Amino acid sequence: MEYFSIFVKGIFIENMIFAYFLGMCSYLAVSKTVKTAVGLGFAVIFVLGITVPINYLLENYVLAEGALTWISPEYATVDLSFLSFIMFIAVIASMVQLVEMIVEKFAPALYGALGIFLPLIAVNCSILGGALFMQERQYPSIGEATVFGLGSGVGWWLAIVAIAAIREKIRYSHVPAPLRGLGITFIITGLMGMAFMSFMGIEI
Amino acid sequence: MKALHNFLEKKVKPNFVEGGKLSRFWVVYDSLETFAFTPGHVTKKGAHIRDSIDLKRTMFLVIVAMVPALLFGMWNAGHQYYLSIGEVSTADPYSAMLWEKFQVGLLKTLPLIVVSYGVGLGIEFIFAGLRKHSINEGFLVSGMLIPLIMPVDVPLWMVAVATAFAVIIGKEVFGGTGMNILNVALTARAFLFFAYPKQMSGEIWIHDVAASASNGMLADGYTGATALGHLANTVGKPVDGEVAGSVMGMFGDAGMYSFMDSFLGLIPGCIGETSALAILIGAGILIWTGIGSWRIMLSFLIGGLAMGAIFNAFGANAYMTLPAVHQIVIGGFMFGMVFMATDPVTAAQTNTGKIIYGFFGGFFSIMIRVFNPAYPEGVMMAILFMNVMAPMIDHYVIQSNIKRRMKRTALATATA
Repeated sequence: MEYFSIFVKGIFIENMIFAYFLGMCSYLAVSKTVKTAVGLGFAVIFVLGITVPINYLLENYVLAEGALTWISPEYATVDLSFLSFIMFIAVIASMVQLVEMIVEKFAPALYGALGIFLPLIAVNCSILGGALFMQERQYPSIGEATVFGLGSGVGWWLAIVAIAAIREKIRYSHVPAPLRGLGITFIITGLMGMAFMSFMGIEI
Repeated sequence: MKALHNFLEKKVKPNFVEGGKLSRFWVVYDSLETFAFTPGHVTKKGAHIRDSIDLKRTMFLVIVAMVPALLFGMWNAGHQYYLSIGEVSTADPYSAMLWEKFQVGLLKTLPLIVVSYGVGLGIEFIFAGLRKHSINEGFLVSGMLIPLIMPVDVPLWMVAVATAFAVIIGKEVFGGTGMNILNVALTARAFLFFAYPKQMSGEIWIHDVAASASNGMLADGYTGATALGHLANTVGKPVDGEVAGSVMGMFGDAGMYSFMDSFLGLIPGCIGETSALAILIGAGILIWTGIGSWRIMLSFLIGGLAMGAIFNAFGANAYMTLPAVHQIVIGGFMFGMVFMATDPVTAAQTNTGKIIYGFFGGFFSIMIRVFNPAYPEGVMMAILFMNVMAPMIDHYVIQSNIKRRMKRTALATATA
């Protein structure tokens, strides 16, 4: 039940896009068609699902205050958490690199479809955001951290696929010229955020 | 009629066409003329379908379907007012002071309608003039829906601001009627709800109830909150506690929100939403004329009942123990189901998509209502959420259709 609650929270209530507005750059740039949006969304789910648990281990066994006691009790006062930004981003970058190499080797078609967006995930704010939220919320076990990562990823996927479908739908709309492209996308995002507010404040 | 047409064609129209004195106001003239007469322009190429239905007639039929709810809402506004000051009793709701009740409601509702139409159509006229397109009729329905989902005592300037926001940001920036992604009337309501939360809750659901209270005129048991407002108080409190007991008492057979009263609509609430019966008459008109989608209405109803039944099975708080059939007759559930969810622009377009869209709409309506005490009106939020999701649902329905047909073709060619 605990896992389910964290998962649903990550998708709807604490949606990366509509609750925290994280990962907006690729959300706005790659949402022109549903097909690429789905691909990028899955890549984000995948990367979040891997990096959050790895960063969780890093946080709890290396970085946090007293985390190094498993080596020797004399390290109990060592607090390396000032390094967490650098360490997290390094893990994310190397993981994305790894994912990219694996995808290129075993699924060249998907690699071609994702193109530049796969490496771009390394600088997607929602990935680092996921790691930092994990650190801040102090999940009790690695299982919860993984579920949180996957849930946030699914929430991000839902957001980008929904806006991509809307943008495909309004492609032939008579939008005022100055608003075409990014302008109307920002307005849509705002309206979608309003619709997603329906879940905010729900406690499960 | 013929004489009027001739007069318009010969005397008035030349002023408005290109080069005439008033050519700037062509869109205004055009829209007013086509209200009375068939538009003069004809399709020059492509397929032709001969049918007397057009956008104006569609919109007009929707308004006709709203009339029962509107009339009942006016009467009920007066009824609630006289009930709250204790001049009539619940024992005989219908025969006493019929006209006086109606008058109170009319005086409160008419300004809302005038403001909503005035502001909305004003903005439409400006945009049509600036962007050189003809005036769309879409606002005829939205302009009527907005007052119907407002509390009786809402300040008029708020209606004006909300209407302006909904028409400009919700519709005109997308290119006008038929292009919007969110239901315009619900956008207006949601805007008010988030922008003025303090004014949108509390004692504005019954006309003058706050003033009557301060004058000591308020009859016993009247607080001015809606059924949903009372129910939201029970969330997080034990099922057999004191609060839960007193609130659930109101929903019993003898209470002010009994099933029959809620179904007939003798309860406080937004102007148009209280009477499930009047709304169902409207639903009948919409389905009979083929304008509203029965798929959405039916699946919305089933979704709401399903969620209600799940809650009944859990029964973790008093709100969850309210029977599912009672859940769907209070609040805006029925109104949203019939007039908002079926909006042909923002709903899902495919038949399968409509069923999915409707089901989750009803499902989330009840879920948000019960889980989220901060938003008693879950229906509004659920429909907005499903509006956002509708294009995605359509996309996947179409994709799965394509996939199935590809498979079928592959099979057919393989066996042939």
